[in-house]
Amino acid sequence: MAYPADYRYTREHEWIEVNGSIGTVGITDYAQSSLGDIVYVDVPKVGDAVTANAVFGSVESVKAVSDLFSPVSGTVTAVNGDLKNTPDKINENPHGTWIIKVELADPAELEKLLDAAAYEAFISEETES
Amino acid sequence: MAINMEPAGSRTTGKVRLHPTQNEALLFEKSAPGKRAYKLPPLDVPAADAATLLGEAHRKTAAALPELSEIEIIRHFTRLSTWNYAIDLGMYPLGSCTMKYNPRVNEFVSRIEGLAEAHPYRPESHAQGVLEIIDLLQRCLLEITGMDAITLQPAAGAHGEFTGILLVRAWHESQGNPRRRILIPDSAHGTNPATAAICGYTVENLKSNADGGIDLDALARQVDGETAALMLTNPSTLGVFENQIHKIADILHEKGALLYMDGANMNALVGKVRPGDFGVDVMHLNLHKTFSTPHGGGGPGSGPVACKAFLEPFLPTPVLVRKAGNNGLSELHWEYDRPQSVGRVRAFYGNTGMFIRALAYILANGPDGLRQTTEDAVLNANYIRKKLEDLYELPYKTPSMHEVVFSDKRQLVHGVKTGDIAKRLIDYGFHPYTVSFPLIVHGALMIEPTESESLEELDLFIEAMRAIAREVEETPELVKTAPHSTRVSRLDEVQAARKPVLRWRPAE
Repeated sequence: MAYPADYRYTREHEWIEVNGSIGTVGITDYAQSSLGDIVYVDVPKVGDAVTANAVFGSVESVKAVSDLFSPVSGTVTAVNGDLKNTPDKINENPHGTWIIKVELADPAELEKLLDAAAYEAFISEETES
Repeated sequence: MAINMEPAGSRTTGKVRLHPTQNEALLFEKSAPGKRAYKLPPLDVPAADAATLLGEAHRKTAAALPELSEIEIIRHFTRLSTWNYAIDLGMYPLGSCTMKYNPRVNEFVSRIEGLAEAHPYRPESHAQGVLEIIDLLQRCLLEITGMDAITLQPAAGAHGEFTGILLVRAWHESQGNPRRRILIPDSAHGTNPATAAICGYTVENLKSNADGGIDLDALARQVDGETAALMLTNPSTLGVFENQIHKIADILHEKGALLYMDGANMNALVGKVRPGDFGVDVMHLNLHKTFSTPHGGGGPGSGPVACKAFLEPFLPTPVLVRKAGNNGLSELHWEYDRPQSVGRVRAFYGNTGMFIRALAYILANGPDGLRQTTEDAVLNANYIRKKLEDLYELPYKTPSMHEVVFSDKRQLVHGVKTGDIAKRLIDYGFHPYTVSFPLIVHGALMIEPTESESLEELDLFIEAMRAIAREVEETPELVKTAPHSTRVSRLDEVQAARKPVLRWRPAE
């Protein structure tokens, strides 16, 4: 699966798409395929603060529970309520299924994230080991 | 092979096949009104009015309990009991679980009348025999671990972790600052971060190095004055011994942080090396793993916590102490006056029946026997590694201790994952190995044979794993749809997790 060029990526396998001051966050195809069938997504509430590189929620698959790390700092403006009943959407369409939207506190943080090419290089290293 | 012989009118979902014997419905499904397994004598005391006595708690409708005759109930449970896979039937190669044989001598000793019927409310002076057993087990475990003090209260491993981290917290508090963080390697058991969180600590992840061990530089960077402890499993969940363990301890101790050891993999160390000698401050043991008491539904667990002397004041109450008794004899006594104690963590004194079994195991083996056990456990794991490494990918080449971790990388090319191979192993008569753990290995197959297995049984297991590797190449579908020889075919694990059905309900 191709990694959208206009997204930015974390080393913890989240993606973020930025529109103005709002960042939309999800997990990558690599993340969903490593996790396997996702059965539950634990998300923050609208209005909660998130911090770059800190845990904001978790995804549970039949194999494991994994923390979700926020790519940026800011305030949660929306949470994808559909995931409560259909967490499998993340498996079907990882780059089109968002988890939270965040009002960015510091857009400069985006520069620390990976672009699609750098992220693909990063995961190919991970798969090698 | 899939002959449809399902009986007409079967109330199953269609997943169940007819077995040479038969399938088994739920007790609720077998129920018919009016059947009884008992007959009460006529009432010979004045009848009480339940409605008056119970008030609001008095129920208006009868509980929908199954109604069956005694023989139906007996047959139901007897049939089910024959479906179990058990260590008494075959190998149980679950990694990080140490599913070793539970020797019969343990059961013999624990059933001796005076021990089997010992009661926790017996006065101390009448319970000296059991207390001597507890005391001797404590001393044996301290000798094996090289620690100074111990509590046997925790009921299992995770409970032991909880108790151990409570000690860590209590000690830091006594030094003026409980500290904020606990470091946990990315290869750790999931119970470690859960323990740290429940004790009020923030979990900080520590990335493993290329050998799957602790990266000393990363550790040195991450430890500071707010680090309460590192929770470390040694050997790690990859079955690899942390050969820099003393340096790890030094880095932590320099910053006033403590080293907690998860003793799940102690079966690789007993009689060879002692955690107390390589810098561990506090650790738990799993009597139901290393010390051969029943494991996995076979009995309660037991997770003793051993610590260094500076943590002893914080141990849960009561603590067993020896004092002078009558006639110049010493007597064992439960001491409750421990002002710095974290308090009691379990009712009474722990799972005493397991103490008796563990001590029986320790004494039956003796020091040389225990050492031999460790050597055989490591030898067996390495035998499997050697015999399978040409067919299964070995992601970490570091020498193995008591377990070996492969990955499904080569089978994935054919679309077969570790979970499929594990399910196919059931068809060959073995319990699956541990699947998809540790998480740092993608598609892990974690195999721990333990010392219990003979060369012949190991060869059967190896033959099965080699046959499956061939099937993956020749007939991958066969493996992907396994198991084929069980009463119930492959279960829908995803649906079970997403939409669990937790109780039976009558048909509408």
